[in-house]
Amino acid sequence: MANGQLNSGNPRVDIEYRRKKNAEEMKHQVITFALMIFLTLIAFVAVAYEGFTGWFIVPFILLLAVVQVIFQLFYFMHMSHDGHEAPKLFMYTGVLIAFVTILCYTTIIWW
Amino acid sequence: MHVEEKMTVETWPAAPEKQTLEAKNKFLGFWLFLGGETVLFASLFATYLALKDSVPRSDMPLAKDLFEIPLVFAMTMILLTSSLTSVYAMYHMKNFNFKKMQVWLGITVVLGLAFLGLEIYEFNHYVHEFGHTFTSSAFGSAFYTLVGFHGAHVAFGLLWITTLIIRNSKRGLNLYNAPKYYVASLYWHFIDVVWVFIFTVVYLMGMVG
Repeated sequence: MANGQLNSGNPRVDIEYRRKKNAEEMKHQVITFALMIFLTLIAFVAVAYEGFTGWFIVPFILLLAVVQVIFQLFYFMHMSHDGHEAPKLFMYTGVLIAFVTILCYTTIIWW
Repeated sequence: MHVEEKMTVETWPAAPEKQTLEAKNKFLGFWLFLGGETVLFASLFATYLALKDSVPRSDMPLAKDLFEIPLVFAMTMILLTSSLTSVYAMYHMKNFNFKKMQVWLGITVVLGLAFLGLEIYEFNHYVHEFGHTFTSSAFGSAFYTLVGFHGAHVAFGLLWITTLIIRNSKRGLNLYNAPKYYVASLYWHFIDVVWVFIFTVVYLMGMVG
């Protein structure tokens, strides 16, 4: 099976290149992490601060949660990389059914 | 190349988690499982939302009486950090650095244990201080089922990652166990995905009222 990275004829050069690429990706992961911490802080502060009403806070923190989960799925779990077509199909289907289930339970059943 | 072939930095592929057929199947199957888990947790969230604050007597505690920001905040930060440490582990896996990968996974396990410890303290506190138990109300049943199911996932993930660390400690990294590590890290991230919705929907929205 082809290794997919030994293409310059000099394995050392390729390893250096890959290490650099991996290091760069890791830097992006740390930035993603910092953003996720930031979003979490905003959500907690919005709830701790007395000045907002529930009508504003609830949709606002739900939006922050959705953004954070997108970061987690696409960056930490690499769904933004090539070769993730099937995972995307599975997750989008799961999210669709999840959404319908929650909508149904909160509007029709036991209301 | 053979799955159990001794690898070196030079022969280690760029995507070690998807080199063999078994690895590709594992990758696909695991994502299908995660899609199913999404639906499973959605049904638990839906049940919780429908039954939130449904208590038989007016003197029983509601969500806004139970939850406190500092504990939930600590748990959230711990689990979020453990997600980053497992990213570091996979970074070292790609660079064929077995020792560093094991160390970062070890840190992930420690953080997961801390999270679980806080959750046990939290449940114990609700049961003994508020009489909020699994059978005290529909609210209690829905709450403990949802949050407890997530806690059980954390416990299972800890056993899984610990087993991998111990089982492969003398074997080193190869194309047979790289996908195993990769899939375990995906599972760990998914646990964090679920927690993001738990701290938002259960705790923060519970405190808002």
